[in-house]
Amino acid sequence: MTKIEEILQERILVLDGAMGTMLQRYKFTEEDFRGERFKDWPSPLQGNNDLLSLTQPEAIAEVHRKYFAAGADIVETNTFSGTTVAMADYHMEDLVYELNYESARIAKQVAQSFTDKEPQKPRFVAGSIGPTNKTASMSPDVNDPGFRAISFDELRVAYKQQVEALLDGGADILLVETIFDTLNAKAALFAIEEVKEERDIEVPIMVSGTITDASGRTLSGQTAEAFLISVSHIPILSVGFNCALGAKQLTPHLEVISAKSHFFTSAHPNAGLPNAFGEYDETPEQMASQIKEYLEKGLVNIIGGCCGTTPEHIKAIANLVKQYNPRELTVFG
Amino acid sequence: MTQGNSHIPANNNRQQTFRYLKLSGLEPLVITPESNFVNVGERTNVAGSKKFLRLIKEERFEEALSVAREQVENGAQIIDINMDDGLIDGKEAMVKFLNLIVAEPDISRVPIMIDSSKWEIIEAGLQVVQGKCVVNSISLKEGEAEFIRQAKLIKRYGAAMIVMAFDEVGQADNLERRKEIATRSYRILVDIVKFPPEDIIFDLNIFPVATGMDEHKRNALDFIEGTKWVRENLPYCSVSGGVSNVSFSFRGNNPVREAMHSVFLYHAIKVGMNMGIVNPTLLEVYDDIPKDLLEHVEDVILNRRDDATERLLEFAETFQGKARESTIDLSWRVEPLQNRITRALVKGIDQYIIQDVEEARLAAKQPIEVIEGNLMIGMNVVGDLFGSGKMFLPQVVKSARVMKKAVAYLEPFIEEAKKAPQPPKGEQYWETANPVLYGLLKEHARKMRSQPTKAEQLLWSALSVKNLDGYKFRRQHIIGEFIADFICLKKNLIIEVDGSIHQLPDNKKSDAERTQWLEQQGYRVIRFTNDEVLGNLEGVFDVILKELQAPPLGAGGASAGKILMATVKGDVHDIGKNIVSVVLACNNYEIVDLGVMVPPEKIINKAIEEKVDIIGLSGLITPSLDEMVFLAKEMERQDFKVPLLIGGATTSKAHTAVKIAPAYSQAVVHVNDASRAVTVVGDLLQKETSDTYKENIKLDYDSFREKFLNRTKQKEYLTLSQARANKHSIDFKEEDIKKPKELGVQIWNDFDLSQLTDYIDWTPFFRSWDLHGRYPEILKDAIVGAQATELFDDAQALLKKVLSEKLLMGKAVFGLFPANQVNDDDIEVSPLGGDLEAAVFRTLRQQLKKREGVPNIALADFIAPKESSIQDYIGCFCVSAGFGTKELANEFERKHDDYNAIMVKALADRLAEAFAEYLHKEVRTKNWGYASDEDLDNVALIDEKYRGIRPAPGYPACPDHLEKLTIWELLRVKENIGVELTESLAMWPAASVSGYYFAHPEAKYFGLGKIKEDQLKDYAHRKGMDLEMARKWLAPNLVDD
Repeated sequence: MTKIEEILQERILVLDGAMGTMLQRYKFTEEDFRGERFKDWPSPLQGNNDLLSLTQPEAIAEVHRKYFAAGADIVETNTFSGTTVAMADYHMEDLVYELNYESARIAKQVAQSFTDKEPQKPRFVAGSIGPTNKTASMSPDVNDPGFRAISFDELRVAYKQQVEALLDGGADILLVETIFDTLNAKAALFAIEEVKEERDIEVPIMVSGTITDASGRTLSGQTAEAFLISVSHIPILSVGFNCALGAKQLTPHLEVISAKSHFFTSAHPNAGLPNAFGEYDETPEQMASQIKEYLEKGLVNIIGGCCGTTPEHIKAIANLVKQYNPRELTVFG
Repeated sequence: MTQGNSHIPANNNRQQTFRYLKLSGLEPLVITPESNFVNVGERTNVAGSKKFLRLIKEERFEEALSVAREQVENGAQIIDINMDDGLIDGKEAMVKFLNLIVAEPDISRVPIMIDSSKWEIIEAGLQVVQGKCVVNSISLKEGEAEFIRQAKLIKRYGAAMIVMAFDEVGQADNLERRKEIATRSYRILVDIVKFPPEDIIFDLNIFPVATGMDEHKRNALDFIEGTKWVRENLPYCSVSGGVSNVSFSFRGNNPVREAMHSVFLYHAIKVGMNMGIVNPTLLEVYDDIPKDLLEHVEDVILNRRDDATERLLEFAETFQGKARESTIDLSWRVEPLQNRITRALVKGIDQYIIQDVEEARLAAKQPIEVIEGNLMIGMNVVGDLFGSGKMFLPQVVKSARVMKKAVAYLEPFIEEAKKAPQPPKGEQYWETANPVLYGLLKEHARKMRSQPTKAEQLLWSALSVKNLDGYKFRRQHIIGEFIADFICLKKNLIIEVDGSIHQLPDNKKSDAERTQWLEQQGYRVIRFTNDEVLGNLEGVFDVILKELQAPPLGAGGASAGKILMATVKGDVHDIGKNIVSVVLACNNYEIVDLGVMVPPEKIINKAIEEKVDIIGLSGLITPSLDEMVFLAKEMERQDFKVPLLIGGATTSKAHTAVKIAPAYSQAVVHVNDASRAVTVVGDLLQKETSDTYKENIKLDYDSFREKFLNRTKQKEYLTLSQARANKHSIDFKEEDIKKPKELGVQIWNDFDLSQLTDYIDWTPFFRSWDLHGRYPEILKDAIVGAQATELFDDAQALLKKVLSEKLLMGKAVFGLFPANQVNDDDIEVSPLGGDLEAAVFRTLRQQLKKREGVPNIALADFIAPKESSIQDYIGCFCVSAGFGTKELANEFERKHDDYNAIMVKALADRLAEAFAEYLHKEVRTKNWGYASDEDLDNVALIDEKYRGIRPAPGYPACPDHLEKLTIWELLRVKENIGVELTESLAMWPAASVSGYYFAHPEAKYFGLGKIKEDQLKDYAHRKGMDLEMARKWLAPNLVDD
């Protein structure tokens, strides 16, 4: 898989936009989420988006198709919550392998059909590895700061299972994303290294943290540079940020990463900050004009969207990046 | 960061990054070859600290945490944590303690060193820390297989590690074994494990010397030589060690131990030991070690004599006890408490203040009384002495240091006291009735919450549904003895419905009284009638929102006043601002210091958020003047009412009156020294006098402006072509021009600043502390002499520390190039190296009409014109002594020591100027070599009695700061030495100097003065820049038409 690294030397790659925002358009009901297979499942399933890869696979494939058609080079699998840790809410721990495998398979199929049509623009599938809903270095109980709801080892085991299934299903890249606690991400990276060693393979890894607010730090308190240092110990393809902030607010943190990292850099910001109703209302043009600053400053190699972004946003971004050279890699001197 | 510059080539994105050891806690720690020695905190080690062991054993984790916190506050850059003790479960203790540390951002901001001899404890530690840690330690002791296994896991967990010089045979105890084990470990790690070499830290075993055994004689020397060898032969790795081992045989004799540690470190750091475990309290300053002791210790450490140990032992006997003999007069310590506190403040002695303040606190009813009473009494004495000229600025800043320490100590107690309901001032009955009354009020509030009026109900449901820009309200909230209907605690805004502030039915007070009391406490009260709420809810909301977002009212609140201080956008100079802040803080004003390079929107937002009473702006370079005008306009636009203070070296009463005051309809005052700041702020905020004072200020500035404008109009100017015709024409001759011996660019990246001590011009140093007079005469001055001497001694002590510990870095870049004058006012420079494009320095010409025979000069006049066919030369340079200043100043500020924080910046400035002087001399006598026979002492140097000049862009001869960009490009200043330009073209670090070198015997300094529109246009055209942009940058030099 050296190919993607070569392409990244030549041009900026475009990542897809939000999956959740697109799925909302379908207005799926509880019944739609359950499908035939889970109609008697004991707990409510509406909102379990990852499950749609099993119950509404055509919708998932359609979203991927729209993003590829809009100009994305990479789409993310529908597996943001695909770990035993996150699936415990729905009592679906036993389905984790299948969810990841199927999601990767669907995305890969769509990617392959686009690559066949346009071999000069190969399409890639990034296996999305979310943060789970627990934090390894923060206590959920303010009165007991030493307490932890989950351990490194529990996370490592859960991530390992997800990684194996994503790779089996055909993911080309692994994307550890929306990292709000670096220790969770380190457990995921540890698991990936184990799988790589056991299978004797190399696989490109993208790492994407989340700066949660204007303080400029991750939820677990690290500055952008401290975060970068904490995830630079294994060879990764790219490092960057996604979610929580819009493109504009992300700029200073991206500048830090871009200046200090010798990896490729990525960004997939939200469509602005949420308005009073919790909706993202930055238009594709507005977002693209913010992203133009990244390109002019040469800050990114991979660019896409997170919450609130749509194929229209990705299209605007894809059209824009064609005019710019990618950020050049720093070298050891 | 540089803007509007047409001749900087497109940014080449290929950057270099070096293999540095990078660690992280919540914040990064990058260790570069330029980094100072990294001190690892060692108090959180059960093997090294009995106290810590006891705390862990007794499971007193809270106290154990404070040990960790203290270390970080005292400057440990990494903290070592070790739980290896037979009586505790090391793994459990490690995990528990780390989990607690991670929850404390003020501790976990630094990286952690996980220290254990047991692998399972190390691994458990690595699993709970998000940052990049250091493992301490692994080694080849258990063989290669285990070494590789552990290293691989450490890499996978993302940590760096210490590798002990230890193998299957044992510990390395001589030079050869150290080399052998280090090399073998390194090769295995780098070649087999693919471990990043920069993440390897060798511990080469520090063993005791002077034990009396011959085989120990070379222990220190072998470590030092081993360190040198490792750093030279095993690329990118670091070397560390536990220093106190070396002096083991002198336990009990601290003066000797301290000297041994310093000597050992001095030599080990020189050869590359860049990290270590050192108890900072057991360390003497190398230069402060008495000469005879130093010699004896160095003999031992460096094994210079066969009888070194015996001689040191003998000497140590006589030395012990003699050291640290107290000669300080402590008789004042038996005086009454208030006298002691006052004396400590006046004399700036911080040694006993905590103890005295604690005594005062125990005697006081409320901890706040210690500040308002004891400390303010002392500070008033300081204020009086200062006001009457009996105390001087440096002393006041020292007093502030004591005050700050005292206040910092009291703050937690005051916070604690605040949690209880506060009585209105002066109502003694409250004190006894308090708990009862509070209970009654609470009951009352609860009842009223359940029986709201219709209007209250409507407003509450609207307030809780409608999101007023995120402002949260509470209802029926108890303040003092009153109950507010609704309150926004963040904004201290109270909303009352139907004019009634609720209170206990039998304790009525008038509305006015209540409002007055509430306002004294810093609350604002707005009222609506029931009808307004029921009939016009939208209108009510508009009013509330406006109040919430309202800029501060000025004058009011409980403290003497809140003052926002900031150095404006693009500017980095803050010595003066910090001094003013400290002095104001001493006078009971609350200071909100936003630091340097503060963007205007941040100043505006903070001013609103903090409800400040005055805004103070500071700046040193000319573009800052525009920033101040911009901010004044913004304040006007946003309807601010608070006074604006202007200060800083380029500011003037004239500029303030002519440019800033007209932009802001409220009071604007130019204040250039700290002593005046107190009076001005006092007058502005004193309720009774402020209105008249503000009016007078306005009138004063108006008339000043008028006079100033009238005066400037009378001057006569030449057109640019007339001025050029009257240029300074030099008859250029070959013999007056010397081809530089070394053409091209040279870089000094690690200049030893201690060479500069003789070149320092101390006079401006005293001026920055408001002590006026020439050095060295000032030291004997009848009025300020004693104070100047004390300040000078303090400065010398800090300077010595800074230089001996290499706390500041000197860097320089300079270049000498062939050059010729072209088109009258430009200098064409040919950078060497063939394919580089010629650079052009653009100079400005005096336009003021001169008397007969006096020329209109431009710097270009000093360079031979191209038509003359004489090849001439020019130089340019940038030096900095500022790398490290900010860190050092922050360090002092953390310890509430503003005195030394300001001092270090003032010293860095002096060093930078001295460096410029030194470099100029070197260039004149060596690199250019036109004055190789020059022989001048420092006084003559300061008086510029040499041939050639070094004018700096932004200063009188060439006021255009933009020219710095050309220098930066020509010398690649940023890339070569790291000095950057801010958006206003100030140099960062601030203690930097840049400029040109002109060598012609007739070259001299001059002031450009004002220029006319025709030259502005011509200049903009020559530079290829927008006219308006040129106008903005040259504004201070344009004739006002």
